[in-house]
Amino acid sequence: MLLKQPAIAGTLESSDVQVTITPQDGGVKVEVDSTVKAQYGRHIEECVRETLGNLNIDNALVKVVDQGALECTIKARVECAAFRSAQVEDNYPWGGAIK
Amino acid sequence: MKNAVNREIPDELLVNGREVFQGSNYRDGIRYQKAAPKVRMRTSQLDSKVLPSIVDAIKAVEFKDGMTVSFHHHFRNGDYIVNMVMEEIVKMGFKDITIAASSLGTSHDPIAEYIEQGIVTGIQTSGIRGKMGEVVSFGKLKTPAILRSHGGRVRAIEQGEVHIDVAFIGAPTSDCYGNASGKGGKSDCGVLAYADVDAKYADNVVVITDTLVDFPNFPASIEAVDVDYVVVVDEIGDASKIASAAARFSRDPRDLLMAEYCAKVIEATPYFKQGFSFQTGAGGPSLAANRYLEPILRKHNITMSWICGGISAPAVDLLNKGLCECIVDTQDFDTVGVASVHTNPKHFEISTSQYASPSNKSAFVNKLDYVILAALEIDVDFNVNVITGSDGVLRGAPGGHPDTAAGAKCCIIVTPLLRGRMATVCDSVVTVTTPGECVDILVTDYGIAVNPKRPDLLEALQKTKLPLTTIEELRDIAYSIVGAPDPLPFKDRVVAILEARDGTILDVVREIEPLK
Repeated sequence: MLLKQPAIAGTLESSDVQVTITPQDGGVKVEVDSTVKAQYGRHIEECVRETLGNLNIDNALVKVVDQGALECTIKARVECAAFRSAQVEDNYPWGGAIK
Repeated sequence: MKNAVNREIPDELLVNGREVFQGSNYRDGIRYQKAAPKVRMRTSQLDSKVLPSIVDAIKAVEFKDGMTVSFHHHFRNGDYIVNMVMEEIVKMGFKDITIAASSLGTSHDPIAEYIEQGIVTGIQTSGIRGKMGEVVSFGKLKTPAILRSHGGRVRAIEQGEVHIDVAFIGAPTSDCYGNASGKGGKSDCGVLAYADVDAKYADNVVVITDTLVDFPNFPASIEAVDVDYVVVVDEIGDASKIASAAARFSRDPRDLLMAEYCAKVIEATPYFKQGFSFQTGAGGPSLAANRYLEPILRKHNITMSWICGGISAPAVDLLNKGLCECIVDTQDFDTVGVASVHTNPKHFEISTSQYASPSNKSAFVNKLDYVILAALEIDVDFNVNVITGSDGVLRGAPGGHPDTAAGAKCCIIVTPLLRGRMATVCDSVVTVTTPGECVDILVTDYGIAVNPKRPDLLEALQKTKLPLTTIEELRDIAYSIVGAPDPLPFKDRVVAILEARDGTILDVVREIEPLK
């Protein structure tokens, strides 16, 4: 998937995560800010990278502001931000791009 | 050396008679010599003990470097006393100060700076939160903080492990001799239970009030015979933060479900009979349990003999409806509690020693039937953590948790299985504040687990339709949803000691890096 513009998905509500994706060369860079970073920071970064990998995104800057979201939420927000960034506007894979 | 809750306690802490925790009743029945204050006698006539300012009081008690000062926390987050007194002590250039408070909160953030400056070098408290919790966790305090339960603090003072040089006691009302009360004035907090031991065991006692009343201010919680000086200031606290408006019952369906489980657990267990005694913590589901208890009490035509502890509207409601014979009160959380202890002759003030100390000849908690308490975390050994957050930083208080859990015949912990991404039921709590041997039943929104040490309670609950499970199953459900957490990156240095009620070491908290 080709990212075209900066895009954002999610909120700063409790148990949600706000994901900002910016097209960027030189691989995937993930910045995590989380209320549960000490115990789940590694899990969050892995989840973001795995989701991007499944969408075939190899270059991006991803900023994650997490308020204790579950992995299903993180995955959904990353996918949504990616589709918005790639300007995909129809035929969304509802239920998640990767089953 | 490993202790009875399987925590490694560094040998260098085990000096001067300090031992590791060896079970809740390890020191039951020992005899000890009580500590005593060094008192200045007065034979001469005296019209008044009022001094013009806090500075004058600090001078009058001949304050020195290295002294230990004490405070109570009846003003909760509305307290002005700690900051006011410490500011003057620091301005006067004193150093190496230990603060021995019954608890400290987020209103005491300025103390964090005195810790970083190396002026405050010791903290002994129940609660530690906000900036102070952070600087202590990040290793800025010169000596490890000592964290105790409310009863444990009284014990440490009675047994002379904490010697208070000067107690500064904020009082809503006082007369010119220091007869002080929690009732009346601008900063009404209802009772002064926590300060009782300070007044009786500190070498110097200074009462600070914003409402000077006629002599004698009777009945007095703090008696003039124990008070050296009285200082009158403009304001001792922010009344709106001292006693909040009565909290509405939680409407969160998850809280209500757990509250209903708690009430049904009580109904089904053998101590539920005419005249049982009861305490709840101040958390949402704990308080909501009161509401579900009422119909059950009526159904069985049972009344309680007494409710103890921190008091708020639900307990007062049960008293006023005649479902409880009396309240014995150590702290008031809301205006309803404050008003009731003023007016209801069946609502009594007791000292923290009477409430929870393990070093007197038996406290109220030793006669408790049920207590319902919350937890930040509980592990598969039923050990509870209420002090360290999921980032390893100090942000809580043992309070009366370990005391009531140890004393009550049936201790019920109520907590949602998950808080955001945090699993509350886990393999091993970050810090043990209440040992698992004191915890009998865990109520969560995903089911109820009974401590295997209590087959009698399990048998009683098996006769109900309550959703019974095991604590291991609850942990597995939690981890299946949020994932197993990574261990926290603690360093070696001990920044806080969690003392068990009896003075043995239950756990230690180690230094942690601030998260980047």
